[in-house]
Amino acid sequence: MALLDIQNLTVEFSTGSGAFRAVDRVSLSVDKHEVLAIVGESGSGKSVAMLALMGLLPWTARITADRLEFDGKNLLTMGAAERRRIVGKDLAMIFQEPMSSLNPCFTVGYQITEALKTHMPMDKGQRRARAIELLEQVGIPGAESRLSAFPHQLSGGMNQRVMIAIAIACNPKLLIADEPTTALDVTIQAQILELLLKLQKDNGMALVLITHSMGVVAETAERVSVQYAGQKVEEQRVGPLFANPRHPYTAALLSALPERATAKRLPSIPGVVPGQFDRPTGCLFSPRCTFATDLCRTTPPPLKDGALCHYPLVNGVPQGHPGTEKAA
Amino acid sequence: MIKFFLKRLALTIPTFFALMFVTFMMIRLVPGDPIEVRRGERGISPERLAQLRHEMGLDQPVLKQFWDYVWGILHGDFGTSIISRSPVLHEFFTLFPATLELTLCAMLLATLVGVPAGVFAAVRRGKFYDQALMGAALTGYSMPIFWWGLILILVMSNTLHLTPVSGRVDLIKYYYQPVTGFALIDSLLSGQKGAFGDALRHLILPTIVLGTVPLAVIARMTRSSMLEVLEEDYVRTARAKGLANWRVIGVHALRNALIPVITSIGLQVGTLLAGAVLTETIFSWPGVGKWLIESISRRDYPALQGGIMLISAAVILVNLLVDLTYGLINPRIRHGH
Repeated sequence: MALLDIQNLTVEFSTGSGAFRAVDRVSLSVDKHEVLAIVGESGSGKSVAMLALMGLLPWTARITADRLEFDGKNLLTMGAAERRRIVGKDLAMIFQEPMSSLNPCFTVGYQITEALKTHMPMDKGQRRARAIELLEQVGIPGAESRLSAFPHQLSGGMNQRVMIAIAIACNPKLLIADEPTTALDVTIQAQILELLLKLQKDNGMALVLITHSMGVVAETAERVSVQYAGQKVEEQRVGPLFANPRHPYTAALLSALPERATAKRLPSIPGVVPGQFDRPTGCLFSPRCTFATDLCRTTPPPLKDGALCHYPLVNGVPQGHPGTEKAA
Repeated sequence: MIKFFLKRLALTIPTFFALMFVTFMMIRLVPGDPIEVRRGERGISPERLAQLRHEMGLDQPVLKQFWDYVWGILHGDFGTSIISRSPVLHEFFTLFPATLELTLCAMLLATLVGVPAGVFAAVRRGKFYDQALMGAALTGYSMPIFWWGLILILVMSNTLHLTPVSGRVDLIKYYYQPVTGFALIDSLLSGQKGAFGDALRHLILPTIVLGTVPLAVIARMTRSSMLEVLEEDYVRTARAKGLANWRVIGVHALRNALIPVITSIGLQVGTLLAGAVLTETIFSWPGVGKWLIESISRRDYPALQGGIMLISAAVILVNLLVDLTYGLINPRIRHGH
């Protein structure tokens, strides 16, 4: 049985001008000890889906799903107090901005031991020892003296390490990392990713890595879910995905990688992710897709060969595509 | 920390000097001087007037008078009240505890009620509780103090007989020597049965009246500060740890939200110390505010100048304390110096 099982998760925000659907019938599952990457542009609903799982969305969000289960427990019917016993213990999350994700008024030590105090039957001395152990585990030198440091006294990379230490404090079964390296220097990015993978192996936890970088995906993930405008458009194991992307969007993302560029100019995907008011009626990607036909523009695509597309690609060739109707 | 403190203290010297100058000049711009005010209807001979003015040094050039005054203050001499003939310093410190006691009680009420009210309003943003509370705060803020005081006296004292009308203690029933000048402490020290309760009852209405405006300000301030902080990433982190709701709000959010609130509390204490005038007048509270008002109408130059200087000193001291509290609450400021 999967550790995390999400079926048709939909998240809508009620705004002054009607409901905005940030996550649209997304299904995901994560097995124990597995690394899943969720890839997509900004605004594709990657973070919102995971925040919904954690119960961290504001009250304006309306969450519906056919199934939302973690470790065999139904998160949909669970009360707030019961969910708090899971969140932060078995299900942990780290965020994009390490500098603002730690409370500036409390020491690093306080913020780590607080998580332990909430979930673990430990006394003060044990908590302190565990906090030092955790800081060492995430690679912070001089762990013991860092306990009394405040977040503003540490660098962004160090703060992210502290965030990771807090997240893994209670040995979670699943760690969700929401763009953990986006705000960091390139050299530090690699270190943090390495650290996350090492912890994932050592602690035997599952890892969901939210990212918009295909480079990160290639280095880390076992399985990849590609999201676009709140929908999951494709899911594959990482090898096949890079070798043979099914969805035109995935293919476009991959060809935008500098390593794969063949032309002198780096290819890019024209346009932006549709927002609340310019949502297409058919396939959401159709306005930006080079293969889009009238069918794509009018009818929502079916799930074909693991991709949400009328003409899924095989080795770059759209299957069943009429050809003549191809857009300029 | 000590260096920070001394630096702030040094910065207050020019403030004092400017304040001294402005007060000194302003009161002399008001028509009439102490002699004229006391001359009475029948009048006195011009010779006698000139003689009295000479005795007080009022015939000297204004800048010379100012210099003499500054020189006196630098030697710790605040002069003698023209009306009561007792030293200004002594008079001030006899009256100041009454004002301080009232101010502290009002601030205590405002903070203890205002902060939790603001927090609740922020948490229930847009709901009935929030709107009712903020409506009440606006009403409180715009309430004329004298009217509010009179209404309270009418209802609480006259109709319901719950509280005394005025004064600090019932002088017919209880009498004790002032030791600290604080009615609550002195009545306890006197050991007379019921004296403390009586002093407390006398404090209730003035405290409510004086505390209403700061209560409204603090509640609104706490609410807006809290709303801002609740959107912060670290609040989300706290929730992601699975902490109880009260811990997320009362510890992680509130601690950060309090930083601007403390500034406003400090500023309010200053306003109250100097501005308890109306409340003290309504409740015949023998404090500094009432004394200053009387000093103005009698053109009691030394009392007024000295009183304002000393009140300012108290306000500046409070602001200094606020700055120090910052450091305690916000580590970023502590390490910045």
